[in-house]
Amino acid sequence: MRFPKAKPASPATRALQVVPPSGPTAWLSSFTAAAMTFLCVFALALSLASGRLATRWSEALARTATIRLSAPTEQVQLQTDAILAVLQTTPGIASFRALDDNETRALLEPWFGPDLPIEALPIPRLFEVVEGVPPYDSEGLRQRLTAEAPGAVLDDHTRWRRPLAEAAERLRLLGVLSIALIGATMAAMVSLAARAALATNAEVIRVLRLVGAKDSYIARAFVRRFTLRALIGSGIGAVAGMAGVAVLPATDAAGGFLTGLGFSGTGWLWPLALPPLAALVAFAATRRAAFQKLKELT
Amino acid sequence: MISFENVAYSYGGGELLSDVSLKLAPGSFHFLTGPSGAGKSTFLKLAYAELRPTTGKVTLFDRDVTSLSRDDVARARRRIGIVHQDCKFLDHLSLAANMALPFTVSDRESAPQDMDDLLGWVGLKHLADAMPPQLSGGERQRAALARAVIVDPDVILADEPTGNVDWEMSLRILTLLVELNKMGKTILVATHDLNLIRQAKAQIQARVLRIAKHRVQLAGADL
Repeated sequence: MRFPKAKPASPATRALQVVPPSGPTAWLSSFTAAAMTFLCVFALALSLASGRLATRWSEALARTATIRLSAPTEQVQLQTDAILAVLQTTPGIASFRALDDNETRALLEPWFGPDLPIEALPIPRLFEVVEGVPPYDSEGLRQRLTAEAPGAVLDDHTRWRRPLAEAAERLRLLGVLSIALIGATMAAMVSLAARAALATNAEVIRVLRLVGAKDSYIARAFVRRFTLRALIGSGIGAVAGMAGVAVLPATDAAGGFLTGLGFSGTGWLWPLALPPLAALVAFAATRRAAFQKLKELT
Repeated sequence: MISFENVAYSYGGGELLSDVSLKLAPGSFHFLTGPSGAGKSTFLKLAYAELRPTTGKVTLFDRDVTSLSRDDVARARRRIGIVHQDCKFLDHLSLAANMALPFTVSDRESAPQDMDDLLGWVGLKHLADAMPPQLSGGERQRAALARAVIVDPDVILADEPTGNVDWEMSLRILTLLVELNKMGKTILVATHDLNLIRQAKAQIQARVLRIAKHRVQLAGADL
């Protein structure tokens, strides 16, 4: 790397110059950083999406519960009153109401058509319960209902909500773990590349030590180089990754999990944090490798 | 400047140098001679803290070498000009950049005026932009000498500076070393070239150290 003569090189630039250019292999570390960041963008998208999913599932379903009453005809009104009385006196319930016949009919319409003689059928009565803050104790409510209205069944959706939320949470953990692994892998690769560069330039380092260069000066030449390469590579990887996520099919169309992979709103800022982070990782890894290696040389 | 007190140095098995005690006084001119492999280079390496003594004490600018950190060693070397037989240049930098290296690594700007004077002094002004591999042996030696003195060191240690050059060039390098000594620099030259030593003694008050049987002794006038 030679600079035009007219411009006097700054000390920092000259520090870079004292180590000979490393040729085409130099860009392998940039490529690694680019590839790792690209993967990291997807891991990030996965984490954020599953995080959103977990929250959505937990929140939306946790807020409401349903009480279903199936009782002999003569008991229905009696138990309805009992249920309403229980709900009235249970703390932690924001609101509740019994669904009337029209609503029940509307719910059943898709299956039985509009002309269902609902009065003639032993259709269970439904009650919608909206959770308050703090929420009610569902086990306690269940027991009281059993005592007061034997035909009532409380369904607070935990049965199928919990495994889903747990799965989403696990998925997010997996995403975070992937990001950590990708970061560690990049640190390892940069370390290896830096060590190789230091070994290749052992003679140069010996000369520099001979003329009075401190370790920090020599390390700086290598650290700057690898940090810059990681930053550039990672920048390219981040842009490519974001473009990849952006062209995934839209979330709303299918609403499924796979198409939900992506960033929303400020989530798009996360991938932008990756290049500086990669540079930081490269900086630390190279610095560590350089000082270790320099200690071996006098 | 540099002093040795009962210094011994041994490689894995045998002892290479033992019981070495001497002082390089400011402004002195010493030759170090002895057969190949006797330990001339090792002695020099001990003097610029590339190696640490196995036993005994080496003092560099009034500081015990064993107490120096790596950065201290770097700072001490800025006061020592080292000329190697194989010169050790950075082949990807021009001659001028190589000569400025001691300045570059200490984050100081080198004065272009000094550089020109120095290049003129060693007769390499026309080769400032040349790359080290393009230079002849004599040119490389003179360039190495110029690099060693560019930061105005107190001591100059030269390891076989005339090992690769012909007699005429040897004399020229010797003249440069003598000039530096007259400017007050402490000089230590390791060489096995007795003619060179005789030549120097005609010009200057030079002492001769001889390594024999692992010891460094002051040789008499009997050369």
